[in-house]
Parts: sequence; structure tokens; C-alpha cells
Amino acid sequence: MNIPYTKTILENGLSVIVHEDHTCPIVAVNIWYHVGSKNEQPGRTGFAHLFEHLMFEGSEHHNRGYFHPLQEAGATLNGSTNTDRTNYWEVVPTNALQLALWMESDRMAYLLPALSQEKFDNQRDVVLNERRQNYENRPYGLAGMALAEALYPPSHPYRWMTIGAPEDLRAAKLEGAHQFFRKYYHPGNASLTLAGDVDTDLAISLARKHFEDIEPGAASIPLNTDRAVVKSQGEIRLLIEDLVELPRLYLAWRTPALFLPGDAELDVLADILTNGKASRLYRKLVHDRRIVTDIAAAQDSRELSSFFQIVATAAPGHDLAEVERAVTDEVDYIIDAGPSTDDLERSMVQVESQFVYRLGTVGGFGGKSDQLNAYNVFLGDPGYFERDLMRYQDATISRIQEVSSFLSRTERVVLSVVPKGCHQLAVADSRPVSVS
Amino acid sequence: MSSVDRSQLPGLGPDPSFSFPEICKTTMPNGLKVCTVEHRTVPVVAFMLLIPIGSANDPIDKPGLAALTGDLLDEGSGGHSSGEIHDALARIGALFDTDVSSDATVLTLVTMARFADRALALLADMIRYPRFDEMEFARVRDLRITRLSQMSDVPSAVANRVFTKSLFREHPYGHMAIGTEDSLRLMSVDEVVAFHRDRYVPSKTTLVAVGSLSHEQLLQAVTGAFCGEQGETHTPLSVEVDFSLGVSSFEQPSPPTERMLVVNRPSAAQSELRIGHVTVSRDTPDYHALLVLNMILGGQFVSRINLNLREDKGYTYGARTAFDLRRVCGIFALHSSVQTRVTADAIREVLAEFQMIRDGRPVTESELDSARAALTRGYPQRFETVTQIASAVAHLVLYNLPDDSVSQFVPHILKVDLKTVRRVAISHLDPENLLTVIVGDRDKIFPTLNQLGFGPPIEVPPDGNEVILSN
Repeated sequence: MNIPYTKTILENGLSVIVHEDHTCPIVAVNIWYHVGSKNEQPGRTGFAHLFEHLMFEGSEHHNRGYFHPLQEAGATLNGSTNTDRTNYWEVVPTNALQLALWMESDRMAYLLPALSQEKFDNQRDVVLNERRQNYENRPYGLAGMALAEALYPPSHPYRWMTIGAPEDLRAAKLEGAHQFFRKYYHPGNASLTLAGDVDTDLAISLARKHFEDIEPGAASIPLNTDRAVVKSQGEIRLLIEDLVELPRLYLAWRTPALFLPGDAELDVLADILTNGKASRLYRKLVHDRRIVTDIAAAQDSRELSSFFQIVATAAPGHDLAEVERAVTDEVDYIIDAGPSTDDLERSMVQVESQFVYRLGTVGGFGGKSDQLNAYNVFLGDPGYFERDLMRYQDATISRIQEVSSFLSRTERVVLSVVPKGCHQLAVADSRPVSVS
Repeated sequence: MSSVDRSQLPGLGPDPSFSFPEICKTTMPNGLKVCTVEHRTVPVVAFMLLIPIGSANDPIDKPGLAALTGDLLDEGSGGHSSGEIHDALARIGALFDTDVSSDATVLTLVTMARFADRALALLADMIRYPRFDEMEFARVRDLRITRLSQMSDVPSAVANRVFTKSLFREHPYGHMAIGTEDSLRLMSVDEVVAFHRDRYVPSKTTLVAVGSLSHEQLLQAVTGAFCGEQGETHTPLSVEVDFSLGVSSFEQPSPPTERMLVVNRPSAAQSELRIGHVTVSRDTPDYHALLVLNMILGGQFVSRINLNLREDKGYTYGARTAFDLRRVCGIFALHSSVQTRVTADAIREVLAEFQMIRDGRPVTESELDSARAALTRGYPQRFETVTQIASAVAHLVLYNLPDDSVSQFVPHILKVDLKTVRRVAISHLDPENLLTVIVGDRDKIFPTLNQLGFGPPIEVPPDGNEVILSN
């Protein structure tokens, strides 16, 4: 199982990766810039994502909305920003490949001449509304901010959310966008993948035609952040009141970064704990004991440092202290005894299936083009798919048991989100925090 | 090295040809209809079991019965407990989902092709021999009651519920599939058993099988699972089921008399909006014209409404309209979430857009060309994965559409001309009878809403049940 590809690096430093799949008459154009909110400074948070919005507002030779010509050509398109990278993609009918490359290359080379104060102000308003919609006005929507602040020290760039702080967004300046563009949006900091119904030689020559003339930028300064796992400082217990019906518990631990030893095993452990109704925590806490209504565990794998979290909503009549004890007991059981053979068998099939399902689509978030770029940007090796799968298939009962020790009851963040005025439902001795 | 001409956008060249894969249809001896489609990109299969019974078939006093029945199918069947079923699903890496909408119950199971037989055996067991064990029934019902109470936390869920209820009232489309707390509390497992016995009829059920196997292999696997020794023992219908939902007795509901409803969400950062009205059913001859109209009005990023509210005014992260066309009738609605202080302004802009596309700023030739192009050129990528193909086939079956609907989609869209799209804007948009629902901070928005011409806004609770008398 693999994603066959060809990789070329243009003279200006741009990686060009091509994968052929002639099933459907479409091509995915996917481009990653190796910049995310981890490259921001405190007081200037949210800028990488705001900048992503500006990339859709037109460039020098097409100084109008980015969407119009592409949607008219039958494309779907979008972009996203996280802590580590910003990605942009179009999935176009084969006859619109040149158009997509023209548009992507124009904004990589000529964004700034078209960037006005008016566009900047408008998109800042849009982003503030995105924040209101997806965080402020969403139940439990602010929990992630409280967790990030508790997990990471002030000096760590994962301490703030990618969406940023409202006051920082309001203070953002147009000239900051110019600096940001020059520093991060150049061929040497980007990776372009074309996947789908296209001949490899043609794809490479079209990529050359559109991108080769773009000036190389200055080499990016690598972040001087240690990837070693730093455990949380003891146990931190926090409390948020929210407009919610039911209290929800968050347990979070810092864990090894993306692709480091332990990362894949923790992902498997998350499956064992909560993937499907046969998983350990679902079976015990939702089905048998009925003390929670839903439960989810995840290893959130990131470039500099990952974190593992377990999130459970208490069933009516149950408080978070009871939920915390039940979850902790189950995690401690894994630390002491390891998962069972059944657990491992189930999760190994789940892992294999997830990798196979990922091959079903060429474009969009998580499609084959996005995966090739992820492997290329983080590892310099687009061909990592098979070894990535092996990381998971190499997980054994004893290795999973070993990494479960990261989930210690003495080094973790415990966050209670409770209905307004219901402090008694929280885990004892939790400190109220204010996030907004 | 050839440089790029940046004086103009590159042309597109001829559109690539595209043909939807063949759909093979068979009927099993017990009446089950089977549709198979070959799709060989990856070694994966998708099975979709379609029962044309949804929440609109809930007995009038039992909202939620269809959805609860559907939700219990994987909680024990034949010789297997709930735990055993889910262990078996995990051991084939299955993606399993049960979806109950107003018109249908759909079970979807995606798995790797080598597990096709095991997947089908599980599905066949679930649909034919559910246990409906009393304990599992009570547990799942309680979970659904809890989920119902959690929905009142979520502004978009509250807006959908109040909007649907106020548009349709006693109509079969007037309640959410999940039902109401009162109804769920009074429900018994016997009612679930009877609903399954009477409504899940093999001759009305369709299995769609799509994947990296031949038609023969897919059909053989289905036959093995659904026509075993036990296969012939299905119970005949004990009551007459009206699959048309009694259209004659439930025609389109009359427009609501209250035109603007507000659900209070104190200190909400945004106002969640729904603005719309009841519209035609999926079998309307104007289907393709309405798709084109919607693309121009609010169906995509570059539509009039999104460009106005988001890109021009910055009021919102996004605004979209949709014609949600179902078996008996449909809903036309705008969905958006806007900053609290511009709530009235945003509504005013939406109303003006609805009005202007009918009269004042009718659809132009270039808007028409652009919308048709987006729909036709973007069509092939809707059929890339096994799940997308299975959904498309299930849609054809559910709405009784001819198989060539897919191959005829592009010609039909291209046939929509300026006269037609302008005509449907006038005949299918009804600015006089709009219902507006707002979930937001009452105290901040009430004073501004009076000037919109709907009379004073009326406050309702999050379940949309009774009107709270406002001053």
C-alpha cells in the first residue's frame, strides 16, 4: 500500500510532487506553506490564519475574488491554518489545471500589490465572526484555549489558539501582512502537489511554467523549540462556566511530537480507549455504567509537541468527580496491565482501514495530495505512507503499555466545564479560569 | 523556459468526458431490491441499506419513533448482543452510521473489500432480526433524551428546530427526527417492535452495494447474506403503510401567522439566523432551474448573498441558501450566523436580496453562465468515492428518479435559460411569506427588529413549543 509519486525541486526551492490517478477526470492542486500560528509572537496571535484569508482576496493580475474563476470552472477549493502549516487546495476538472496553477502562482508571487487596507479590514471582521461562530458562541467552545494555556509555558508557541485573541486581531496591521508574506510565502517554504488525472511530465512542466520564475525567498529561520516531551507541572485543575446543559471533563497530557517514538502508539491507544462502541471506555462508561453520554480520546499530533486528551460529558445526575475517577481508573489499568489481545486485534484492523480509506480521494483536506505534502513538509519524504503505516503496525501490547505511562494522574491538566452556577459538579479544588 | 502570460486568465479547453458507472438492479426472492456499482480505485466497499421510512412516518403522537427504531438496530440482533455486534464491526474496521431523516432510514457500512461478506451478514442480521432488548431500549432512549437537552446548547440546532416546527406545525415534517422528551419518555419497546415489523418491508427496501468487486461478486455476497435459509420468513405487512405520507391530507402547510421568532440566548456573540418558507417537492419539474437559481442567490461562496454579507459587509463568516427538496414538499432557507449588533442589518440585506433577484436586479446572462458552468463542470467530482456513489444511487431510489438522471444532469442544467431562471425566481421565492427565526441575545437585538416590517418579534423557548408573551 502506497501513494506512488514523483518529486522535483525547482531552482527557486519549490517542491513539486505529482501523483497520477486517472479514476475521475479531476486534478487536485494542493500547496502547503510551512507556517502556522507557531510562527507568531505573543500579542500578535491569529495572524497566520488572518493572512490565509487575505490569500483569497485577489492578487496583482487577478485583483478580484479568488473564488470566482475557479468555481466557474467547476472547482471546489478551500484553505486552512493550524499551529504548524497553512494549506490551500483546489480540486479542478482536468481542463482547469492551468487555471488553478495560474491562480496559485499569482498569489504566491504577486499578492502584495493587490492587498489593500479595505480588504484587510474586511477580512479581519470576517475572522472575528469566525471566532464568534466557532468558539465564543459554541458550547464548550473555549475549552481548547484553557487547555493550551495550561499545557504550555508562556514561551511556547502552542500556548495560543490558531484563531488568535480578539485584541491581537484588532491590533493587526496591514504592514504586518507585508512582512509576513515576505518571510513565509515563497517557493522555498512551500510544497506543491498535483494529484489526479494528469500525466506526470505534463504536470511538472506546467508547474515549472507557472512557478519557476518566482523569486526564491530568504531561507526560513527554524524555530528554536525543543521537541523533547516536557511533562505538565504536576496536576493542574481548572474550571470554566459555560452556557451548557451538562458538565464535561477534559483530561490532557503533553506527549511526543508528530512522528517521534510513541506518537503512533498513543494514536492506537486512543482507538483502544474510545473508537467505536466496542472500545474500552465507551463500553464501560457509556454502555455499562451509563455515567457519561459521550467520550472521545485523541492523540493530537503536532510538529513541536503533541498532546493527548480524553473528553467525556457526564450523564444527567452524575458529576465530574465520578467521571474523573472512572476514566482515571481505566487509564491506570492500561498502565498497569496493558491492553488486551482483543483490543490490539481490533485496533490493528481499524488502523489498516483508516490508511486504506485515506486513499479514496485525491484532493481536499486529508486526501492523497494533502498527505503527500504533509510527509514532504514534515519529513522531507513524500513516500513515507508505507512507513507511516508500519509505525502503527509495529505497535505491540508492551509498547502501548509503555506509552500509556505518559497519561499519568500526577502530571496532567484536568479541566471541568460546568453549567453556569454549578461549581459543585466540577472536580474538587479546581481553579476558575477566565477565557473569552 | 516558457513564461506565463499574466495579462489574462488561461482558457479552459474542452470539458473532459465523464460517465457515471453502470447501475445493475436485481430483486431478491423476498422482494429486497439490490443496486450494484463497480468502483475499483481502492479495495473498499460501501453498503447502503435504504428504508423509505423516516421521521415523517412517526405516528402523530409518537415523534421520534422512527429514529429510535433505527438507532436500536445495532444494539443486538439474531444471536448477537450489542457488544458482539460492535466487536464484529471493529474487527472489520467498519465505518458504520445510521441516519434517520424525514423521508428515510439509511444504514451505511464502509469496509475493506475482503470483509464484504462479514459486513453484509452483520447488516442483514441488524435489519431483519433486531432484538429490541428492553434494557438496550431504555438505555438508548435515555441517551436520546439527553442529546435532546444538549441540543438546546447549540444555537444552530435550536434555530433548525424552531424554524422547522414553526413552518410545518402539525405536518409530518414539523418535528425533528429525534422527537420530543415527552414522547420519548412515553415510548415503549413494544411500539418499536411493531414499527419495525410493519414498516421495514423487504419489498420497499433497497441495498446499494458499491466497491472494488464485480457486479456478480457484489450480488453473490448480497444474496448469501440476505437470502439464506432464514431469508424467506419475513412477516407480511400487517397494516397498510402510506409511503406517500398521505399527500392529499398533508399538502403544503399555510404560511405561519407569526413572521419573526426570537429564541433568547443571553450574551450570545452572534445571532443564528434562518429565513425562508415552504417550497416544492423533489419531483418538481423546476428542479434544475432551482439549483441554478440557488447558485446565484446563495448556494456558493461567490453567490450574491455571501458576497454581500461576508465579503462586502463583514457581518458573518458565511451565509448560504438552500432548497431542501423532499418527498412531500421542501424548505427554502437562508442559514447564517451574524454578529449581534448587525442582526437587523443582515436580515434587511437578505430580504432585499430575495426581493431583488425577483424584481429589480434579475439574474443576468453572465450570472447564469457562471452558475451553470459551476454546476456542470463540478459534477464529476461528486462521484469520486464509493460512499459518494452509493449516496447518489440511494437518492435516485428514494425519490424514484430514472437512472439516467445522473447522465442527464448536465444537459438539463444547460437547458435552463434566462427566462426560466427568472421565472422560477418569481414563482418559487415568496418574500411575502417568509418566516425569520433568530437565536440570539434578546435584549440587544429586540429594539432593532421592530423596523423590519414583520411587526414586533415574538419570543419562543428553545423547543419552539409555546409562545412567550412579549411586552
